[in-house]
Amino acid sequence: MNEFHQTPSHSAPDPSHEDGSVYDGLLGTDSSQWAFGTDFEDPLAGVDTTVPDGVDHRMLAAYCLALADDALVFSHRLSEWCSNAPDLEEDIALANIALDLLGQARLLLARAAAADPDVVPVLPEGSPVPAEDALAFFREADEFRNVRFVEVPNGDFAHTVARVLLFATARLAVLDRLTGSRDAVLAAVAAKGVKELTYHRDYAGRWFLTLARGTEESRRRLVAALDQLWPLYPEMLATHPVEAAAAEAGVGVDPATVAAETDVVLEQVLAMSGVDRPQRASLAGVDGRTGRDGLHTEALSRMLAEMQVVARAHPMGQW
Amino acid sequence: MTENQGPRDEWPLYEVFVRGKRGLNHVHVGSLHAADDEMAVRHARDVYTRRNEGVSIWVVRADAITASSPDEKDPLFAPNGDKVYRHPTFYAIPANVPHM
Repeated sequence: MNEFHQTPSHSAPDPSHEDGSVYDGLLGTDSSQWAFGTDFEDPLAGVDTTVPDGVDHRMLAAYCLALADDALVFSHRLSEWCSNAPDLEEDIALANIALDLLGQARLLLARAAAADPDVVPVLPEGSPVPAEDALAFFREADEFRNVRFVEVPNGDFAHTVARVLLFATARLAVLDRLTGSRDAVLAAVAAKGVKELTYHRDYAGRWFLTLARGTEESRRRLVAALDQLWPLYPEMLATHPVEAAAAEAGVGVDPATVAAETDVVLEQVLAMSGVDRPQRASLAGVDGRTGRDGLHTEALSRMLAEMQVVARAHPMGQW
Repeated sequence: MTENQGPRDEWPLYEVFVRGKRGLNHVHVGSLHAADDEMAVRHARDVYTRRNEGVSIWVVRADAITASSPDEKDPLFAPNGDKVYRHPTFYAIPANVPHM
């Protein structure tokens, strides 16, 4: 339609324009005139980015990819709620959680690329796509190292509440330990993530209780969702050789070591909600391979096809 | 929570006040729906402090607020319209006095 091609009534701010832009004031160092804050913190400011002595670069990169892909894939699943949540307020809450996880994924993917540039997919020469974007948008499904728990399609709102609760509880325990990593970047990412995940767990825990103690229908849906997710849950707290090696080197955390404390938290929520622990066996791998080995469900390929299509169409694109 | 009555009744409306990093007082920023007070605080955090604005949030149910009526505008406010001497405009304010 024609009107979309007309000159906009106001032009987009150009930071390089000689007259400056209306946003200049926001960028100055003195922000004391602003009642509402403008100062955003770089989580990696002043952090030593060298890989600690004696740490295998390839192992560190593989470990970062696992942590990053869990966050990236779940972030995308949560962002699929955008404009579909039961309420405007919940819509924004889920988008916030998705953005928190996307931020974690971005830092972790960048760390993986810095530790071992060989993990980054090769793009056409001169492509301005940064390494973390190349990792997010130009890897195939079997190159993703996320647990299958985060990739299965969304169900109803109760399904997402249960998934956020299980995910945030396990990841919070892992990142809490990871703040003591010998790798200063991982420690900094973990410190940032702990605050975010504490909120995610609180958000999901409140909704879990509300749905469980709400109406018959809300309880039925919640119990069904938990039952559906349960077989996938143990994978998040199982030890993969990469995680064992990272823990051994003092840079990572073996999730099995936080399984007990994760379970205590979960048991509290279940008990308060009056929901029984599902009696479901965990979903087996194929020849012992699971999500961390690149063995995924079909749902991941479909999700990635949508997530990656625009970036892949423009490998020379500047975003 | 309400019983199942077909389409859900709307959650009550809350008014949200946020105190910014350098703000001296809580400022009204908008409104939202929530099932109870606790949820209102969380919704306010998610909806109104996304851009790193806040350090404190107040929420209050909109139906708990008593407001002046537009009909009373003249008797309430017009008498103060001509009393310019009530403003500190007749002396210089030192540059280092903030928040006037």
